[in-house]
Amino acid sequence: MTAGITIAADELTAGDVVAGGHFALSRDSLVRYAGASGDFNAIHYRDDVAASVGLPGVLAHGMLTMGLAVQPVVDWIGDPGRVLDYQVRFTRPVLVDPVDGAELIVSAKVGKVDAEAGTARIDLTVTFNGDTVLGKAQAVVSLAPTASV
Amino acid sequence: MNPELVGRVFAPTSPYLVGREKVREFAASVFATSPLNTDVEAARAAGYADVVAPPTFAVVVQEHTLKQLLSEPDAGIDFSRVVHGDQRFTFSRPIVAGDELTATLSVASIKSLGGHSMVTAESTIVDVTGAHVVTATSTLVVRGDE
Repeated sequence: MTAGITIAADELTAGDVVAGGHFALSRDSLVRYAGASGDFNAIHYRDDVAASVGLPGVLAHGMLTMGLAVQPVVDWIGDPGRVLDYQVRFTRPVLVDPVDGAELIVSAKVGKVDAEAGTARIDLTVTFNGDTVLGKAQAVVSLAPTASV
Repeated sequence: MNPELVGRVFAPTSPYLVGREKVREFAASVFATSPLNTDVEAARAAGYADVVAPPTFAVVVQEHTLKQLLSEPDAGIDFSRVVHGDQRFTFSRPIVAGDELTATLSVASIKSLGGHSMVTAESTIVDVTGAHVVTATSTLVVRGDE
């Protein structure tokens, strides 16, 4: 009966980088996410529709960026059920080129540890072409297995 | 946007049955690699009833409530001007395959800022017993005339 690793609160210090990853998005990724999520807004797959509403091109779904950004944290703790709270602010669009796609770089570091609650706030930085695309991207995770569902 | 929407509570959505293959499909679409998302045996060994949905899967259920808000006749929200401002999920427990979930939306606040309106909508998602699973909160920015 294991659901990921147990992390001692005193092993973590604010600022420690605990996880990260690179994600290569293509137009195929956007179509796949549209189908899986049910978000079929055409600005996420049609250049002409994106242009007609004044966008520079097809954009990734904000919720796709949010969804993938937490995955390095999930892999670090070893259990998606140990994410107790997750929030982001969408600050910059991610343009996905039809040929070259878009690369997102995620870095996750310790924001704050609550030893009493057995949780840590992990702060995520997500960059695209050198600019951050999410603001206040924070996941609160349980430091020990909690499965009970 | 109609400021009288603040405090309005919408009718609960019809129950959404979380399918195992839907969880797997969603997990692949967000580049999830945890076996608990896809492998029933791994999920059960970890103490879950079935495969565990990625944290942002709750948006699939929440989406039905946002449609209610955007199509509310007196809301005055022009969908073509809506931009997703921020998003939050606060869990009592993760969503697992087999869950039957119902969502109820309430309008928490409406603010105006520099010609734009911002509406914060809170969708409370409960299971078949009525127990809280997750609250999904979205702030939508409705761009004003430029």
